[in-house]
Amino acid sequence: MVAAAEPLEQAHPMETELQHEHLMLDPRPRGEMNGMVMEAMHTRTWKFWLIAILLGISVVVNLVIAWGYLIAEGLGVAGVNKPVYWGIFLVNTVYWIGISHAGTFVSALLRVMKAEFRRPFTRAAELLTTFGLIQAGFSIFMHLGRVWLAYWLFPYPNIRTIWPNFHSPLGWDFLAINTYLMASTMYLFLPLIPDLAMARDRSTGWRKVFYRLLSLGFRGTEGEWTHLRTAMTIFAWAIIPVMFSVHTIVAWDFAAATRPGWSSTVFGPYFVVGALQSGIAAVGMVVVLIRATMKNMKYFIRPEHLDGIGKLMLVVSMIWAYFFFQDYMVQWYGGDKFTKMLLEFHEKGPMGWMWFLMLIFNVAVPLLTLWNKKIRRNPALLFTIGVLINIAMWFERYIIIPTSLTINRMPFTWKIYVPKIEILLSIGTFSLFILIYMLAARLIPLVPVWEVQEGQVAHGIRKLGKATVKTVGEIE
Amino acid sequence: MTDNPFAETSLYKWGMVIDQDLCIGCQACVTACAMENNVSFVGETDADYGRTMHWLYIERFWEGEYPHVKSTPFQPLLCQHCEHAPCEPVCPVFAAVHSLSQKTNLQVYNRCVGTRYCANNCPYQVREFNWRDYPRPDPLPNMLHPDVTVRRRGIMEKCTFCLQRLLQAEDKAGAEGREFVDGEVVTACAQVCPTEAIVFGRIDDPESQVSRLKRDGRAVILLEELGTLPSITYLKGGSSYGRSG
Repeated sequence: MVAAAEPLEQAHPMETELQHEHLMLDPRPRGEMNGMVMEAMHTRTWKFWLIAILLGISVVVNLVIAWGYLIAEGLGVAGVNKPVYWGIFLVNTVYWIGISHAGTFVSALLRVMKAEFRRPFTRAAELLTTFGLIQAGFSIFMHLGRVWLAYWLFPYPNIRTIWPNFHSPLGWDFLAINTYLMASTMYLFLPLIPDLAMARDRSTGWRKVFYRLLSLGFRGTEGEWTHLRTAMTIFAWAIIPVMFSVHTIVAWDFAAATRPGWSSTVFGPYFVVGALQSGIAAVGMVVVLIRATMKNMKYFIRPEHLDGIGKLMLVVSMIWAYFFFQDYMVQWYGGDKFTKMLLEFHEKGPMGWMWFLMLIFNVAVPLLTLWNKKIRRNPALLFTIGVLINIAMWFERYIIIPTSLTINRMPFTWKIYVPKIEILLSIGTFSLFILIYMLAARLIPLVPVWEVQEGQVAHGIRKLGKATVKTVGEIE
Repeated sequence: MTDNPFAETSLYKWGMVIDQDLCIGCQACVTACAMENNVSFVGETDADYGRTMHWLYIERFWEGEYPHVKSTPFQPLLCQHCEHAPCEPVCPVFAAVHSLSQKTNLQVYNRCVGTRYCANNCPYQVREFNWRDYPRPDPLPNMLHPDVTVRRRGIMEKCTFCLQRLLQAEDKAGAEGREFVDGEVVTACAQVCPTEAIVFGRIDDPESQVSRLKRDGRAVILLEELGTLPSITYLKGGSSYGRSG
């Protein structure tokens, strides 16, 4: 920071303050900044390896071995039972798809809205999308009774001329998740190309080969930039409706069913907002974590970014509260006997504590804390609030799936769900997620450095009379 | 039906009437169904966990606390073979399909991948999932019905209205070039019912026994408000035992 401040030694104190506050107004030479990103990527302490090894063991035990056992034995080793046919596997699926919404929201929506604070952490968010979707895919495969036949869900030509059933919400879901996975991976990859090219020019050995292959020969010519920008604009606009459709379709898995508590017309938008709620909180958590653990990240991620994420969390939490009330109110007022029983079961049943914690963590905590600038700018507090929101959103899916399945129209079959091997497999997916995120953070530049530089070119400090003001220019 | 090139000639519509006032809850139908259809015995552990597998089971409700118990009649519950079945559209791989020929709901075991969506969406909760491969120790395999698929782990199964019997009877009638005679074929549960509470037959024939019973004043369709149009009709309310309030 000293290096950048020096040329402006005579600067007005207001200018220094603005520079300290805003990354966009605190430019550094491009070479130096590239070096900082490379350094962040290359620094690996013993703590990093220790955590990676522990996570690796967890993945092997909880995911590979436990899943193998589940496949070999059948779903009998899981806790799912009649009438709760869907348990934690589906909870995790919906949860991870929710997490994956953050990347697209933070990156694409904020990009097309030209929200400048997004620049340093779009990639961290996009990685959440791709890696979250991988966990969602795993979770949905774990849930299948005969996972070795999962390819039957694909519309592939076969001699029996049987196609998947396009009437089934699960079929839509399968296609939607695949579309989203491919689109979001492309969307992650496109802005990565210039950074990979930068990394290629600055590395040696196997990394050089790796980056050379991935950067597709990007040299930074005028034409390449034009094409890249065009492609990114198209993807950014196109992926937003895909994002909305994915979680709406996930919601239809439930809303299209005839069950009390599921058959709710507001589920589509309610699920989308729920996804953003957990996803943005997850972005907050990840941003705090990489800021604390990776080298040079304190330059790129500043309190202003935590502040922006905190504001988003607050707004989304309000919207979520509105949709929750909307869903609850109409179901309660509807007066269907079984729906009413179910709503009572949510609150007073053995899982009632979940319902109350969900409301406290999802509504009370954000609304009581995030209005405060000091709290939003405090990494530890923001992280804690993010964790609480994520717990609450996981609970929300738990309430919607296994808890709601407990009550149906045949009271003879009612039974409480107790998870068994699902817990191990959940730990496995979470470990895998953290592990691949950690490794990816050391393999690809986690800060979209060219986007930061582009933003810094566009931003400047001007004097307007006696006032010092921020100015933003249009680049594209 | 005719616009479907794969449609088989539709002959009969099968249905069932269950007289709850006659049912004594003896479970003979449950046993017969398990024998006829190779339904697995899940063993002690899984049964204790609540995974007993029956295509047909007897529900019994009561109101109030002991000793002031007001019981309701026994209710044999099996797949209702809905005309508008919630289980069918939700299956992503067409394992739960509607038979155009028999007008029943079928479960294609070999096609099922085990998403269990159909079971969630069944308002009657009559679908059974194979949570494991349940063992059949040695003399038991000799008892398997040769015309019924033995199911393995990870798939859904349910009542078929003893499809193997229906097909056999239809073939026989067709080969002899005659209309099917009412009472010529019954399901295993109807066959063993000692009080003849379960009556099976053609409901497209207004003169069949099952159609006549369907017109009884005591006829009740289970969860009729959902519009699933079941093929099963319950009769209830005639006996002193079953009169609930």
